[in-house]
Amino acid sequence: MKTTLMRSLLIIAFLTLLSLPAMAADTIKIAYIDPLSGAMAGVGDAGYKHFQYNAELLNAKGGVLGGKKFEIVPFDNKTSPQDSLIQLKAAIDQGIQIITQGNGSSVAGALIEAVNKHNERNPDKPLLFLNYAAITPAFTNEQCSFWHFRFDAHVDMKLAAITNYIKSQPNIKKVYLINQDYVFGHAVSDSAKAMLKEKRPDIEIVGDTFTPLGKVKDFSPYVAQIQASGADTVITGNWGADMSLLVKAGKDAGLKVQYFTFYGSGLGAPKAIGDAGVGVLNSITEWHLDLNQEEKNKEDEEFFLGYNKKYSNNGDVPYYYGRIRTEMTMLAAAIEKAKSTDPKAIAFALEGMEYQTPYGKVIMRAEDHQLIQPLYISTYAKAGEGTVKYDSENTGIGFKTIKRIEAADTAMPTTCKMVRPEKK
Amino acid sequence: MLEYIIFSLLNSLVLGMLLFMLSSGLTLIFSMMGVLNFAHASFYMLGAYFGYQISTAIGFWPALIIAPPLVGLFGALVERYGLRNVHKYGHVAELLFTVGLAFIIEEGVNLIWGRNAVTYPIPKLLDFPIFTLFNTEFSAYRMFMLFISVAIFIALYWILTRTRIGLIIQAALTHPQMVNALGHNVPAVFMLVFGGGSALAGLAGVIGGIFLVTEPAMAATLGPIVFVVIVVGGMGSLTGAFVASLLLAAIQTFAVGIEYSLSDLLALVGIRAEVGGILKDLWRIQLSHTGPILPYLFMVLILMFRPKGLMGKRET
Amino acid sequence: MIIFLKKFGIWLAAVLICVVLPLIFRSGFSISLLSQMGIAIIFALSYNMLLGQGGMLSFGHAVYYGLGGFLAMHALNRIGAGTLPIPIELLPLVGGVAGVLAGLVFGWLSTARASTTFALISLGIGELIAASALMLPSFFGGEQGIIGDRVVKLTITGFRFGKQIEVYYLIAVWMLICVALMYLLTQTPLGRVANAVRDNPERAAFIGYAPRTVRTLQFTLAAFFAGAAGGLFAINYEIITAETVGAQASGSVLMMTYIGGVGHFFGPILGAILITFMQLSLAGVTHAWLLYFGLLFVGMVMWAPNGLSGIIMVHEPVWKARLMKRLLPAYGLIALPCLIMFLGAMILIEINYHLSLSINPENPMHLLGITFRAQSPVAWGLSLVMMVAGFFFFRKARSVVQERWSEVSQTLKGGLTR
Repeated sequence: MKTTLMRSLLIIAFLTLLSLPAMAADTIKIAYIDPLSGAMAGVGDAGYKHFQYNAELLNAKGGVLGGKKFEIVPFDNKTSPQDSLIQLKAAIDQGIQIITQGNGSSVAGALIEAVNKHNERNPDKPLLFLNYAAITPAFTNEQCSFWHFRFDAHVDMKLAAITNYIKSQPNIKKVYLINQDYVFGHAVSDSAKAMLKEKRPDIEIVGDTFTPLGKVKDFSPYVAQIQASGADTVITGNWGADMSLLVKAGKDAGLKVQYFTFYGSGLGAPKAIGDAGVGVLNSITEWHLDLNQEEKNKEDEEFFLGYNKKYSNNGDVPYYYGRIRTEMTMLAAAIEKAKSTDPKAIAFALEGMEYQTPYGKVIMRAEDHQLIQPLYISTYAKAGEGTVKYDSENTGIGFKTIKRIEAADTAMPTTCKMVRPEKK
Repeated sequence: MLEYIIFSLLNSLVLGMLLFMLSSGLTLIFSMMGVLNFAHASFYMLGAYFGYQISTAIGFWPALIIAPPLVGLFGALVERYGLRNVHKYGHVAELLFTVGLAFIIEEGVNLIWGRNAVTYPIPKLLDFPIFTLFNTEFSAYRMFMLFISVAIFIALYWILTRTRIGLIIQAALTHPQMVNALGHNVPAVFMLVFGGGSALAGLAGVIGGIFLVTEPAMAATLGPIVFVVIVVGGMGSLTGAFVASLLLAAIQTFAVGIEYSLSDLLALVGIRAEVGGILKDLWRIQLSHTGPILPYLFMVLILMFRPKGLMGKRET
Repeated sequence: MIIFLKKFGIWLAAVLICVVLPLIFRSGFSISLLSQMGIAIIFALSYNMLLGQGGMLSFGHAVYYGLGGFLAMHALNRIGAGTLPIPIELLPLVGGVAGVLAGLVFGWLSTARASTTFALISLGIGELIAASALMLPSFFGGEQGIIGDRVVKLTITGFRFGKQIEVYYLIAVWMLICVALMYLLTQTPLGRVANAVRDNPERAAFIGYAPRTVRTLQFTLAAFFAGAAGGLFAINYEIITAETVGAQASGSVLMMTYIGGVGHFFGPILGAILITFMQLSLAGVTHAWLLYFGLLFVGMVMWAPNGLSGIIMVHEPVWKARLMKRLLPAYGLIALPCLIMFLGAMILIEINYHLSLSINPENPMHLLGITFRAQSPVAWGLSLVMMVAGFFFFRKARSVVQERWSEVSQTLKGGLTR
């Protein structure tokens, strides 16, 4: 027993030494903490490549502060909060002070708490957390933190955009809500009901159903219910298989409704849903891959094609997170503005920062660190028609914008009472 | 309401028959060899991916013929070179072997076909609604699935009751030692049954991969439910597996429509309790939300109070 | 003095190791890793009370670990708010109590039979609890779980537990206490009867021990330690989420225990250390760690069903008879083809992961200091050749090892009869 112990100790010692490479002074390291193995690895890996690509573009322009380069360091958290906390320790060991993460509100919540505690206990070496996809409203409301910045619109903002669109569509009369039975799904349902009541009191909510998370195999019983209710519109926060199966079962039963989703165009969805979504599946995002054609933005098209060429495995996993570009370029701008790579200085520079993206001005709201950006509702469309030039995931399906929601219209009030450290 | 009931019945029949195709192989393997095959749903997944790969190359119909035997062959190899070696260490080791195998198959699928879902569309020939009843369509593909699974059920029944090998299998289900003593090559029968069961799972995958989504998580989502089917149906009983598949599918399908919660139930008998505290959610969960977890409850209850299952001949 | 050392030497060494380790590995990551290992050791040993000592294969042991953690977290928040007068050092006991309560109920319900029936019931209960965890957000906190702050006023040792190192020592102390208690349990009549029930429930029943009662007792005690591990988890991470009660946690403790070896008390300790290390460190080295993990597990099931501890203990008599030097050359002989086979498989796996997950498959890949293109047929060919050749020589070398073994065991037997 002792010999084995000693041996495993030696291995640990060896690997610990390996994992502690010397710090290079002229790079700005960003820890990317997301799943890189297991079931969620596809999404996590795509996100990593997005960051790599954006870092590469910034570095090609000469980096920041006269030559400092960005480096993205991946950490595999397997979408588990406790693994994320251990990986955070590993990142701190490497002297990394900026972290970014997106998959899973459970992970983001754990990281916000951990960053807060770390910064309280080690005020001389604080951490900065840039969140690109965890959209629980609490993170910029009651749970808001000075060290956390969110670059994605949160649940209520996205729902506000969807209901604003529904407000302008008088032919929508009966809405069915179907969501996953956990906190996120319930939040979507509650907010949707409240907003619809306020904006279109005449709309009848004909159903409000919750499905167990990731357990349903055949959605046709739910579709039969939707059919029986006479709904013309379905709002759902479902993601992954829970969304694709719903849309496919709807097609099988000839269900004629419009779906409004959060993740309808998300990575993997076009492949799973395919033609079943054309003309009926709408999603709300800040960017999609045919936007450059619609707004005739040559620069953005090149940006998209550049990624496609090098990182997308021949178009299999195309560029998706428009906000990662916003995050990286805003971070670079904030570092230039602060003239420092100290997280506290960057955080103060980011607060209230206005920034021009290819599709309009965005602002990092100072009172809650929530990015306010224009959003688009887009629908599945056959590629090769009109502005739908590029297809997603080699499926022959692209996206067509049906409504642009201006940044100001997506802003929601916040309950955040920001506690700031002393500026110095 | 009539429309809802008819379509729910039809849909539960489609899902139930798919479950039966999966569980028939598993129940044979389990009752003959005593192996709770955790990799069974992985064979189903392999069937879906093989079907997808072959149908993108040469079309869906050849895939329907080729993919299941391929999966069956793979299953037979696993039995011959893996499981048989582990047999001497006992049932726990065999079971854990299949757990590890499921793990490796999932990672292998991740590696070869990627981690996201693949596009595996309905074949053009079957992509139309076969009939419309009160505004609701029933797709031809669902009808086709129903047809295939009924055909498989009849074929299986015929093989097991009317052929020599079927009789040996039936005998080996209940008295494996006796069959061995009579001079039949029981290991070969085991391999055959394991391969055959895997091929059935593969077939379920080829047609189920289109019906559901073909993705690396598909094995994990369907795996536990198949165990429920064979436990509820009873060990070694194909009829039991058949009844249990239909029953479970019906439970899942119809529970969706019942929107009553525990507090509604109490209100019915006149108790109107407002429960607070950390368990207050328990009271407001509607029965419709619990559809897919009901099977597990059902399984636990069956195991506790009737371990033979509905139609089983002996205890697990 | 020597007798004392002989009897308690191993425990003294364990204490010493626990004290010294964080002084050698000072980085934050290492200390977090060591803390997690301590928790995993308790959890795996408690699992072995079921599988190894009671013959009950459970697929839902994480239920008690998770429930213990959740209850401890609720208690922690009440301690922080000043409404619960329990010092934080005793929080694992709260988790343990939660484990005992859940273990009594579920244990009694599921232990009427052992073997497959028990395994399936545990699977069903595990799925039920995991599914309801997401449906009962007021207890389980929904997706985000429950957050706590371990820095509270009420302590008995005077430590604040703000620093990870203080938490590590708390975990280490609890770990040593739990390990000692679980070891002592194996020596009690209950532990012995549990073994008897595992081996032959009918005979045990004939001599007057109701198997169900014995199993329920053993189950409840195992649930206590799992709950205590969950309580430490709550303190260590200050967050607990629904996935701790899930199938993945149950599966991972099963693998830890089995790879470590169920036949010997210290087996699960080895398994917990190795698997925790793999889960947390290997993931940073290679994307393919899950595959290696699966292969390791299947390999252990096929070729070393007694686990790491089994491999070690087989050599104990040989070591004592000073015959190891006769075996070592044969081991050296078989290690070489094994290494070649492993390298071949590794190249193949890494090439495939490079092709499917790297930023650009066209980029050259680096492996063991060599840079090459993943598409190059040389690499593919080489790896296949290495695997085939390795396998060929492996079979040859295996017969040599078997020969040596039979020689050595002959000598050993001779030694006994003489």
